[in-house]
Amino acid sequence: MKTRASAGLAPVRRTLRTGAVVIAKESHATPAVTIHASFAAGSVFDPSDQEGLAYFVSRTVDRGSVNRTADALADELERRGVSLSVSCGRHTTSAVCSCLVEDFEAVLALVADVVMQPLFSGAEIATRRGEIVTLIRQDQDSPAAMATQGLSAAMFGSSHPYGRRLRGTVENVEGTQRPAMLAFHRARYCPSTMSLVIVGDIEASHAIDTACVLFEDWQQEPAAPPSLPIVAPPNGRRASIIPMPDKAQADIAYGLMAIARSDPSYYAHWLMNNILGQYALGGRLGDSIRESQGMAYYVFSSLDASIIPGPLVIRAGVAGRNVARALASIDAELSKLAGEGPTDLEVTESKQYLIGSMPINLETNIGIATFLQTVEFFGLGLDYDTRLPGLLKAVTRDEVHQAAVRTLDTSRATVVVAGPYTGSLS
Amino acid sequence: MASRRSSPTEASPVHEALLDNGLRVLVQQVRTVPLASVWCWYRVGSKDEAPGSTGVSHWVEHMNFKGTTGIPRDKIKGIIEKYGGYWNGYTWIDQTAYTETATRDALDQMLFIESERMTSCLYDPADCESERTVIVSELQGGENDPEQLLDREVTATAFRAHPYRHPTIGWLPDLERLSRSDLYAHYRKYYVPNNATLVVVGDVDVSDTLGRVAHHFAAAQPGETGSRLRTQEPAQLGERRVTVSREGTTAYLKVAFHAPAIGAPGFFALLVLDAVLTGAKGLNLWASFRTPPPQRSARLYRALVDTGLASAVSGALMPTEEPFLYILSATATDGTRLASLEEAMLVEIERVRSRGIEPGELEKAINQLRARLVFESDSVSGIAHQLGHFATIADWQLYHSLHERIARVTIDQVGAAALWLTPAARTIGWFEPHAPGAGVDGVTQHSAATDPTSPISG
Repeated sequence: MKTRASAGLAPVRRTLRTGAVVIAKESHATPAVTIHASFAAGSVFDPSDQEGLAYFVSRTVDRGSVNRTADALADELERRGVSLSVSCGRHTTSAVCSCLVEDFEAVLALVADVVMQPLFSGAEIATRRGEIVTLIRQDQDSPAAMATQGLSAAMFGSSHPYGRRLRGTVENVEGTQRPAMLAFHRARYCPSTMSLVIVGDIEASHAIDTACVLFEDWQQEPAAPPSLPIVAPPNGRRASIIPMPDKAQADIAYGLMAIARSDPSYYAHWLMNNILGQYALGGRLGDSIRESQGMAYYVFSSLDASIIPGPLVIRAGVAGRNVARALASIDAELSKLAGEGPTDLEVTESKQYLIGSMPINLETNIGIATFLQTVEFFGLGLDYDTRLPGLLKAVTRDEVHQAAVRTLDTSRATVVVAGPYTGSLS
Repeated sequence: MASRRSSPTEASPVHEALLDNGLRVLVQQVRTVPLASVWCWYRVGSKDEAPGSTGVSHWVEHMNFKGTTGIPRDKIKGIIEKYGGYWNGYTWIDQTAYTETATRDALDQMLFIESERMTSCLYDPADCESERTVIVSELQGGENDPEQLLDREVTATAFRAHPYRHPTIGWLPDLERLSRSDLYAHYRKYYVPNNATLVVVGDVDVSDTLGRVAHHFAAAQPGETGSRLRTQEPAQLGERRVTVSREGTTAYLKVAFHAPAIGAPGFFALLVLDAVLTGAKGLNLWASFRTPPPQRSARLYRALVDTGLASAVSGALMPTEEPFLYILSATATDGTRLASLEEAMLVEIERVRSRGIEPGELEKAINQLRARLVFESDSVSGIAHQLGHFATIADWQLYHSLHERIARVTIDQVGAAALWLTPAARTIGWFEPHAPGAGVDGVTQHSAATDPTSPISG
């Protein structure tokens, strides 16, 4: 089945008989092509007793196939100037690379080989294990990583798929063996869990036909997805400190349970978050904490609306002596936005920015590919880029205010501070 | 306008104009997207800072976002965002650059902002004080990262005379001392049209753009930037070492060598050698380093990462106006001794120094660099950055000769470039972590031509 949107990006989408989805978009800015293969194989699919397995698999999957050693694979990609990146997120794992247009067929064949027939050799597993343990140790030395990991665990519980650590624990990583990795690959890297996006200086029909030939005989059925229990907002405020006295400054992670991507108020929340902690130099939070008080180089908020309700997170890096003042300022800005709502001008300007920035976001091959993967993941439709401006324009100031009232309840905030801070938190 | 010249490129020509006040203007029409990118470059960076004033260029950059006589403080927020665009700035050792990228209908607004920034920034005393603590926060955020800390110490150790030795963000005591008058004097001295290059790339009409530029900038008065701090780093006579010892979990290694400037013979051969050792990065500071290099077949990756000694390895050769550094970095895997990691890295460096590279490696490195040059030119802001950067540190025409210069590199030239990696001219840095309460924080420097695997640690 092939469908095409009629205006805007107008990508071409085809579902193969195996369930794999291939999306192609022509772009002739440079003689290059970006290949972006995404699988429903993120950390939420970790077995409950194998935290970090999805990440371990993502670090090893491209290190040799049954047809090529890891060295041969690297040689074939890199003599063409190609760097294949495999990144593991909460819901998806993606293999992404860019190549010159003349190398497209050869490089897509290598990507197909990697994702369909990885070898997981013992030697590669051992080397990657050492890398991951080191990365976990680096996280333990990073106030930013400790604060954000601590916040996820505090908000969702350390056994919830959204609360677990992406890389797992040293003990888990050291205990992970090849059979578990093969089983994970069999269960999660499947035609029906794949969306392949190809963007660049190549005819869309040729891109899709090339992908069809490579993937048409791939048979692999996914295991049932894990349950994702919805976590209710806490009844009260929670706060914790992760002491790191030798660090130069503290990192604050401040979370409020927000909404799912499918929530009807998503666009109102998007605008509310933009006004609160993104617009210009960090929105209202930036105005207060950076511009007026000079406390932080970075302060911002982000809305993590996903399959189930995720958090709105505020992050800031401040000197230990300023932690309490920064938290009080965050509370004050949240309460003010929830109490008074945004101004008409703020809503207008944030709409102008979010709509007006689409050409920049869709300028490069990788920008377009990332956008199309998001569209596919949330089922937004091939014409989403043409509908998005209307969806944002339709949001009223009152709806943005209601989003603030619903989510910005400081009495239900979860706060984690990591760094050289010895005071108390309320 | 005083003069014009054009250069044909694969896409569309770059039009160059020189205003009577000395402002150099570069305009290139790129119609792949309805966007325009404006960059204003000043030939001033941290190498122009005297002792006691380190960090002033970067602080001035921050102040130049805080209102002008024509753009009051309360009208700054959203001035570009309302056009769907972004604006930003950065400071490094040779340059201070400002950019706006937005839809093409914002071109006039973008040019207005840059003309105001050149002549009319406010430097409100309260804003200067408020920004002092923001910059200290930026500095301390960087210090939370052991690798950044080590990079700072290695750079400071590698240079004895040249001002490339001090960090662009400045030393903390200088940031605590600098005053509003220091900032304003620096601003007035260097922010003159004859010290700047304005670049416009995007869906614009060239003659219309040149007319708009003249409208906004013709009244800017040229100035004397005065004599620059100019010194040449004397030849390094022996290996130097520095060990940073702090609480932490992970050990880091850096080995720095003096490297040629962008315009000097040998730069592109060393760029090829870096691709052989750690994978090709390209030459765009704004875009290239956002995607990892193809490095799994690179020599140091196979010698250090595939053997389990390091979890990451990288090389950094930046295009600079004067001779800077080529820095190799590695992160020790948990349990690996820094001495073992250093020994393995030095073995590989010695191997390439004594035996050069293979023909297949040369071909692969050139292919990689050719691809990276294509990838890093995929946006109007990326193209505009490169034109302005090369205009500031060398000549913008260099940007259009990169493919040719890289393709011309021979195996013998790479062999000669490997001689830059001499033991007597290297600086080796260790970050040695210790558990909480298990050691004394400190930085130890040691100039040694003795045993390279037995450094003094703090």
